Amino acid sequence: MSGHSTYEPKTGIERWLDERLPIVRLGYDSFIGFPTPRNLNYWYTFGGILTVCLMIQILSGVVLAMHYVAHVDYAFASVERIDRDVNFGWLLRSIHANGASMFFLAVYIHMFRGLYYGSYKAPREMLWILGVVIYLLMMAAAFMGYVLPWGQMSYWGAMVITNLFGALPIVGGPITEWLWGGFSVGNETLNRFFSLHYLIPFLIAGVVGLHIWALHVPGNNNPTGISVKTSNDTLPFHPYYTVKDGFAILLFLMIFAFFVFYAPDVLGHADNYIEANPLVTPAHIVPEWYLLPFYAILRAVPSKLGGVILMFGAIAVLFVLPWLDTSKVRSMRYRPLARWFFLFFVIGGLGLGWCGAKNPDDIFLALGSHDGHATGITFLWLARVLTVYYFAYFLVILPILGFVEKPKPRPASIEDSVLGAKAGPQDSAAKPAPAE
Amino acid sequence: MSDVTPSPDGSGAQEPSRRDFIYIAAGGAVAVGGAFVLWPFIDQMNPAADTLALASIRTPIAGIAEGEQITVMWRGGPVFIRKRTQSDIESARAVELSALPDRDARNENEPGLPATDENRSAQLVAAAEGVEIDEALRTSLIVMKGNCTHLGCVPVGDGAGDYNGWFCPCHGSHYDAAGRIRRGPAPENLHIPPYTFVSATTIQIG
Amino acid sequence: MNMLNRLLIAVAGAAALAGPALAAEEAHAPEPHTWAFEGPFGQYDKQALQRGFQVYQQVCSVCHALDFMSLRNLGEEGGPFYDPEYPNPNDNPIVRAIAAEYMITDGPDEFGEMFERAGRPADDFPHPYPNERAASAANGGAIPPNLSLIVKARSGGAEYIRSLLLGYGEEVPEDVNVRPGQYYNPYFPGGVLAMPPQLYEGLVEYADGTEATPEQMAHDVTAFLAWASEPHMEARKSMGFMVLIYLFIVCVLVWLAYRQVWSRVQH
Repeated sequence: MSGHSTYEPKTGIERWLDERLPIVRLGYDSFIGFPTPRNLNYWYTFGGILTVCLMIQILSGVVLAMHYVAHVDYAFASVERIDRDVNFGWLLRSIHANGASMFFLAVYIHMFRGLYYGSYKAPREMLWILGVVIYLLMMAAAFMGYVLPWGQMSYWGAMVITNLFGALPIVGGPITEWLWGGFSVGNETLNRFFSLHYLIPFLIAGVVGLHIWALHVPGNNNPTGISVKTSNDTLPFHPYYTVKDGFAILLFLMIFAFFVFYAPDVLGHADNYIEANPLVTPAHIVPEWYLLPFYAILRAVPSKLGGVILMFGAIAVLFVLPWLDTSKVRSMRYRPLARWFFLFFVIGGLGLGWCGAKNPDDIFLALGSHDGHATGITFLWLARVLTVYYFAYFLVILPILGFVEKPKPRPASIEDSVLGAKAGPQDSAAKPAPAE
Repeated sequence: MSDVTPSPDGSGAQEPSRRDFIYIAAGGAVAVGGAFVLWPFIDQMNPAADTLALASIRTPIAGIAEGEQITVMWRGGPVFIRKRTQSDIESARAVELSALPDRDARNENEPGLPATDENRSAQLVAAAEGVEIDEALRTSLIVMKGNCTHLGCVPVGDGAGDYNGWFCPCHGSHYDAAGRIRRGPAPENLHIPPYTFVSATTIQIG
Repeated sequence: MNMLNRLLIAVAGAAALAGPALAAEEAHAPEPHTWAFEGPFGQYDKQALQRGFQVYQQVCSVCHALDFMSLRNLGEEGGPFYDPEYPNPNDNPIVRAIAAEYMITDGPDEFGEMFERAGRPADDFPHPYPNERAASAANGGAIPPNLSLIVKARSGGAEYIRSLLLGYGEEVPEDVNVRPGQYYNPYFPGGVLAMPPQLYEGLVEYADGTEATPEQMAHDVTAFLAWASEPHMEARKSMGFMVLIYLFIVCVLVWLAYRQVWSRVQH
């Protein structure tokens, strides 16, 4: 998609087509001949894995929609019919439900990889922002999809999330009713969620196209963070990265298959096998695991509006990240301080997920007892500390670190970093210091 | 790039080696797996277990007068149940097999028989234990799926058409008093569904 | 709970902890129990399913429905009365005989009247009550839950159901208030429920002659309900085994191809 094309049409048909619709050229330049840094590690295979995840979700979703009935009286029963009577319905639903979890698992690894190797920095800001858009769309699709089986968690999850908008001053009430299409979560809500749940994956596919376009203009980042300088730094995408991505995809599918076939319900919640009942709330409402960190941030704030603002702020801050990080060095491989803060950020993110799963008043660290009840640090306070760190990482640590941190020496080129001492000194010595 | 990226068969075409075998084996295994994955996605569109299980109905036939037809719903489509008059039966029996475009009785109760009137009426149909069915009823009763074998329209009954049976208005197929195709684009006689007499006055279809 | 699930809960961390977090505080943890259907190769014990169906039919079905289930399910692959001779459960004589014992309301007939007839395998399991209000009124305001998903719909699964059935009769703690029409059961979240104790010695006479102790009946009916919750479990596990073996072989082949491709360049 960028630079000069290396595609050469071989047959007459290819030449004929190439002059009219150069689609083979586009595919060739994007996925066959595309020059890719030769030092990408396995963390870089998750882009390919995510493409497979999206395809699996769309394919399984389209066939499930052939049997699903979006009506409050029939939705739960139609899902049971899929599980019990439709040929291979149990398999397709298990793939789709666990596929959502696998999708988020992969996207989180993909995002953390981008954070660690500085893939959001110039000239890849648009690439990063499009990725955050995809992530937002994924959360919307996943949330609406979870409502469709019309179990207790579906219903009460929808109730809790839509009520968040009620926190907005003045417009909150009207917006909530507009979302519901009524005075509570009901049949209208279910129908529009089904419609949007079917639509969003195709929007995601479109933004993925833009994401790949924005990737192929500057080309891949790589673990050194050093820009590609010569063709010695790269390999053609095929066969080197098709086979490497293919291997990683198969490993990932094994984990996927384990959940689908041997633990189909372990990532779900038992209450969602009870049909939605607007009169009875489950004792403990929790979102799916991949939304738990944001749920913890929401609950960490004692005010409803404040919690909502902070939760959406946690995602909004990702959009401006490319301009918050002031360091000239991309990869944290050469940033001795940043890598520690990054490690704590990962641990903090997992910790927030843990807080989101627990009751806020549960004791995280017991310090004593009072009247036979343990006292100590509650999960609420742990969530508050971790929320502060989450925002501090983006708004304080990354901006300051660029000025105070002394980066480690970096290799002159990707080729040098790969070949190390084996590279002849004559070609690396001649090059200027890396200008990123 | 040329020094580090030999073409995939860079070692020379003369060496069909272990390497090629690995590529072919890996590619082949992925292709076979992909083909297996397709099946659940195709099979899910076939009738589900509950649909298959709901495939029988019971219908009382005592109320049908001679020369009258009722239509009932079975498996999402019409089934004609008609008590034919003596002249209907005689005209149907008078037809030579050789005059028929389709010589198969198309009777699911006893597949493969020639398309005589006896084989199309209720004479072959089984009855529940202890149920005696009057021979006159067996010869006069005819039960058929009410979809034209051409493209599925519902033919008009009560002696319609040039052969005193049924006539499909969509594309002009004429069926005789035994529901056999006589003229028009339809390739087969009207199909006879599986059914039994559960009592002297009730049949079960399916 | 089997070893696999334990391991999963240990490694899945926050995700898996979410479920049992609250219940564990208030109620007793379910008694561990060994089931034939546990583990990656576990299958349903057909004899236990048949006995369990008898317990459901004679005891539970008085109050509890099996929504979304038909009588034919009993004769489908993996079910208690599956017979490979009758791949279509509508032909299975045992299932037909069981179905014929039920009276089903059908209709309307040609006069527009509803009528009663003997059940057929394609019929749904009949509901004990005509509607939720009737169920609530007959049970002191508590609606007996649907049992066809009960094992999947409770975080303790089969062990919770079995523990609950056998958990009556313990001394009521001082801080628990049991009103008339309620019963104490330490395995139930909150400790108080509207279902009286059900299982006592010799309650049913098993067709296969097994002694009907409360433990035996609790085991059997829980196994039956586990099957009802997931009738395709056996297909799921056997297909999973094939899929994982296939993926492993392809993984090895593609890894070899990967090594072959990358052996040409330094990286």
